[in-house]
Amino acid sequence: MRQGFRQCMSWLHIWSGLLVGWILFAVFLTGTASYFRNEISAWMRPELQAAAPGAEPVRLAIETLQRTAPNSPSWIISPPDERGGELRVFWREPGARRFATAVLDPATGEPVRTRESLGGNFFYRFHFELHMAPLWGRWIVGFCAMMMLVAIISGIVTHRRIFADFFTFRPGKGAGRSWLDAHNALGVLALPYHLMITYTGLITLMVMYMPWGIQAAYQGDRQAFVNDVFGTAALVKRANQPAPLTPIAPLLDEATRRWGGPPGRIDVQQPGDASAVIRMTRRDAESISANPQTLTFDGLRGTLLSASGEAAAAAATRGVAYGLHLGRFASPLLRGLFFLSGLAGTAMVATGLVLWAAKHRHRHARNGRAGFGLRLVEALNLATIAGLPTAMFGFLWANRLLPLHLADRAEWEVRCFFLIWALAGLQAVLWPGLRSWAAQFGAAALLGLLLPVLNLLTTDRHLGASLPAGDWAMAGTDLVAAGLGLLLGYLAWRLVHRAPARQALRGARLARAEGA
Amino acid sequence: MSLAARIPAGWRRLRAWHWPGVLSRTIAAVLGGYALAALVATAFAAWLPASRAEAVLTGMMLSFLIYAGAVIWVFAARSAGRAWAGLLPPVLVLAALLWLTGGLA
Repeated sequence: MRQGFRQCMSWLHIWSGLLVGWILFAVFLTGTASYFRNEISAWMRPELQAAAPGAEPVRLAIETLQRTAPNSPSWIISPPDERGGELRVFWREPGARRFATAVLDPATGEPVRTRESLGGNFFYRFHFELHMAPLWGRWIVGFCAMMMLVAIISGIVTHRRIFADFFTFRPGKGAGRSWLDAHNALGVLALPYHLMITYTGLITLMVMYMPWGIQAAYQGDRQAFVNDVFGTAALVKRANQPAPLTPIAPLLDEATRRWGGPPGRIDVQQPGDASAVIRMTRRDAESISANPQTLTFDGLRGTLLSASGEAAAAAATRGVAYGLHLGRFASPLLRGLFFLSGLAGTAMVATGLVLWAAKHRHRHARNGRAGFGLRLVEALNLATIAGLPTAMFGFLWANRLLPLHLADRAEWEVRCFFLIWALAGLQAVLWPGLRSWAAQFGAAALLGLLLPVLNLLTTDRHLGASLPAGDWAMAGTDLVAAGLGLLLGYLAWRLVHRAPARQALRGARLARAEGA
Repeated sequence: MSLAARIPAGWRRLRAWHWPGVLSRTIAAVLGGYALAALVATAFAAWLPASRAEAVLTGMMLSFLIYAGAVIWVFAARSAGRAWAGLLPPVLVLAALLWLTGGLA
């Protein structure tokens, strides 16, 4: 009976993984890229010079807002940080629902004009919305994440020899044996990470996926729940008595003294009014938990009104889960390890998909023509596993190559991404086979390897300048792209030159000759 | 026996399962599993002796593990009928208790 149980779990693992594998691959890869969202954003707006954090940019931002948005009921200031983050302000016109936003020059406080680009936010949002209507995208990704959780658990059960298989790699054995070993090694290698990232991913959007408890305990009043959990306070009422805002520098000093670092966000409510309140939020780089720690100051006298941040058990657990998923707390070294684990997860999904195709291809090689299911899986594999990295690098290339003042420029970058991906899909349908795999990996490799060269030709913040200046957002993006290019180039080279590939190619040609 | 040799065995087993059984299990796993997870989340929110927010959060976070466990159970059961027989009683009991205590308000 135990044998039967493991077989059931094997079946469940294969199907739960295969059916959503392509979406999972895209979610994993764009999510992995999102560990460097700030750096990618900085790379995609080369006009913005890296800024030093400090009190002066915040003071300048407030001066600018006092001049340009004096009647806004609230301002939000996001100061520059070491990870290439920009000085960004948000304000709201009276009566408007949505915030307007601008990027300011940290040296002058004046709005800067940069090329229009979604930056790293494109990958970040694609990771959980797939560039669809948010409601649809988030539910689809949530469903796939749930399937992933089931696939991981059933995979562990199937996989009795966890430690033995970790040390088993039989390259070049063909017929899916090496793919199976690679899939197992990648899965086991970063298993705690895979479990953590899948479960915490569900937790980030759980209020949407599982709202039923709020229905029961709060009669569906979601805002009351959010206020209870996060300690958010409602917007203060305007007194309609003009009054000057207190200087910001002493408040920033107070926050820095308490937290050991400057705040990550400054909210000003009812600026210029007697009711003004200034709230500072601790940087999420400073603690694992994503639960915000805040200090609230009187906006006229500058006195501390309240400090929040001690969360109860479940709220703290949620905060840590959320924080772990986003990884904003991570130091550069830990961030690098998260990135590698994310790549391992991406490769685990990819090898799983390829393994399925290899097994069925092997079976079909004996009994004739490949069925529709196999051809579909092979086309989707090629279009996703090789096509998506190509399209992602293409997105970065479009950022440098599109004319600077093109109308809807940010939208055109996204169109380029999807155009390249669609072309990869077309090639996968029209010319399936190892040559197309090699061609697409080769294209992605070239785009990655040559990205620093493109940056050299189109900006003055190339590696020769960024490395000596310690401009890590710029240099890091160039270097990581080139490194990934090397890796993809190696894959392409293996596909062209290695024996199993050639054998398979010959086998396919033979089969075609026999069929003709 | 190596893992590689077991996978085709799992595949053959699917063939032997017939598609109505697989469809029935899939419905039980996706919809029944979600119903159970949602009811457990609601039960925690309604009954856990903690503050409202804490009870709701605890139920929410556990619900995904319940969901995953339910899916595993449904596909591990010896037949689709047994899968339903294992899934429905907790769903019905929880729903009835919540309804009686006003937790489904």
